[in-house]
Amino acid sequence: MDMKVAKKLGLKERYTLMTRDLAWDTTYQPMDKVFPQVTFEGIKIHDWDKWEDPFRLTMDAYWKYQAEKERKLYAILDAFNQNNGHLSVTDARYMNVLKLFLGSTPPLELMAARGFSMVGRQMVGAGPRVACQMQAVDEYRHFQTQIHSISNYNKFYNGMDEFAHQQSRMWYLSDGKSFFDDAITAGPFEFMVAIGFAFEYVLTNILFVPFISGAAYNGDMAAMTVGFSAQSDEARHMTLGLECIKFMLEQDPDNLPIVQRWIDKWTWRGTRKLASVGMMMDYMLPKRIMSFKEAWEIYFEQNGAALFTDLARYGITVPKCFSQTIEEKEHVTHQSWIGFYMKPDATPFHTWIPGKEELDWLSEKYPNTFDKYYRPVYEFLDQQEKTGNRFNNKTQPMNCQVCVSTIKFNEPGDPMSTCFRETRYKGEKFHFCSDHCKDIFEHEPEKYVQTYISSHQGLQGNCAPEGVDVNAPDFNPGDHIADYWKLDKRATGDFNGSEDQKNFAAWRDQATKN
Amino acid sequence: MASNAFIAFQKNEETRCIVEAIVEDNPEAIVNEQPAMVKVDVPGRLVIKRATVEEKMGRDFDLQELQLHLITISGHLDETDDEFTLSWNS
Repeated sequence: MDMKVAKKLGLKERYTLMTRDLAWDTTYQPMDKVFPQVTFEGIKIHDWDKWEDPFRLTMDAYWKYQAEKERKLYAILDAFNQNNGHLSVTDARYMNVLKLFLGSTPPLELMAARGFSMVGRQMVGAGPRVACQMQAVDEYRHFQTQIHSISNYNKFYNGMDEFAHQQSRMWYLSDGKSFFDDAITAGPFEFMVAIGFAFEYVLTNILFVPFISGAAYNGDMAAMTVGFSAQSDEARHMTLGLECIKFMLEQDPDNLPIVQRWIDKWTWRGTRKLASVGMMMDYMLPKRIMSFKEAWEIYFEQNGAALFTDLARYGITVPKCFSQTIEEKEHVTHQSWIGFYMKPDATPFHTWIPGKEELDWLSEKYPNTFDKYYRPVYEFLDQQEKTGNRFNNKTQPMNCQVCVSTIKFNEPGDPMSTCFRETRYKGEKFHFCSDHCKDIFEHEPEKYVQTYISSHQGLQGNCAPEGVDVNAPDFNPGDHIADYWKLDKRATGDFNGSEDQKNFAAWRDQATKN
Repeated sequence: MASNAFIAFQKNEETRCIVEAIVEDNPEAIVNEQPAMVKVDVPGRLVIKRATVEEKMGRDFDLQELQLHLITISGHLDETDDEFTLSWNS
């Protein structure tokens, strides 16, 4: 029979009944005691009912669509794994992208799940509360599915199994950790700007769109399906962040300077975090679809400008760091990869000097900077490597007190010198990678003096494995740090000559003949 | 110049029809195919109409099914039973 059953209610009515109508004002306790965190940041909200819910996704529809996403995802993962999909990726160097991703991303998804659970509890309106609750479940899903998809690679390649231990300890993972530690210890509205706006709108668009498209281009169906499945939730997350910003600005004009400061701060923090994502795109994908610079132009300069132009009606101005990020897009990925190459004993993934064709690609994509500043560095490092003098920096890195990036980026307007800033607070000296990070520190020094910096901890004797006497006269923190990190030595150093390289070649050979 | 509203989907049979519908309903649409994904930009305002998607697919379609294939969006969103709209006020 061809009869169509009419839906009983339209989307808007259904959403209203199933979401907002289920909320109530408390009577045994006053509302301000039930929701104590929504005022201390200075944000003034007069009417929570004015919150707009653009997606109008009810909980029943949410479960239905999320379950369908999971079924599709795991069907693809199973098929990929059953067919030894790991051998179909372009080149074994690709595995190193997964190693860096595994340490840096799923743990942050877990922090996002925690953060949205906490913030959802604090939001007075039912609309944002439900949206935060959905986002918390989404983030937990991302955390789990990312680990599941990479677990198959962990059966074959080195350096993946201790990511959870390393995440809160290793120097190069500290920037992401600090981003979320900073956000989650802020108030609920700042958290929404930090994660809903800066992380979702600026960062995930680059991580999960061009980078994941790049994973597909390199034959990694597992990362592709996980990345895109996650990003299908991100569209909702970005919308939540954007709604929160609009809501604060519409509720009271006094909110404007507070929101502006958060946008300035978190756009910069997001930018710093992206240096390593950009490096994955420019250096670690054996086949590349677009440069970080191109992705930055599409997803930050154009898309960000669209947003800031739109928010101008509320008095929002372009973030202070905007022009610096435009200058830096031509530099940061090269500085990052050179930085990692120079520390071969300190990461659970391999590095390498780009091949001739790859250097040519970089020259083409970065015509203003690559040949002038970076190609000569690679040629020098390559020549040193070939004469048995491979560069190996054994010292602890110096980190920015705010973003915890290693201090390696250039002085604005001067690519030949490193940017250093410092300030004194309560008699102690603190170091920064940029004016923007210094400004952030000076606004909230009591918060940032507490930043976890692995180099400092190592030098203080806090990074030694159990049983090592840190007070012994001959104690040297560098001697034990790799054990403290549980670093798999097979996964460190050069890709050329590594076990991963040999195994991949042998297995691929087996896959094509008897 | 109006900012672009955009939407990106995973490339599959369903989104092939959705993108065809967008192109039909948004004459200024620019389709950009990338590995495993497709991105559609429209200056100012991008609309997806349920009726057009249904015509392309030859079956009933609930606009919330877009959730399954979405990768990213840009613009303020308004969603009803019949239309999914992304727009910038500038």
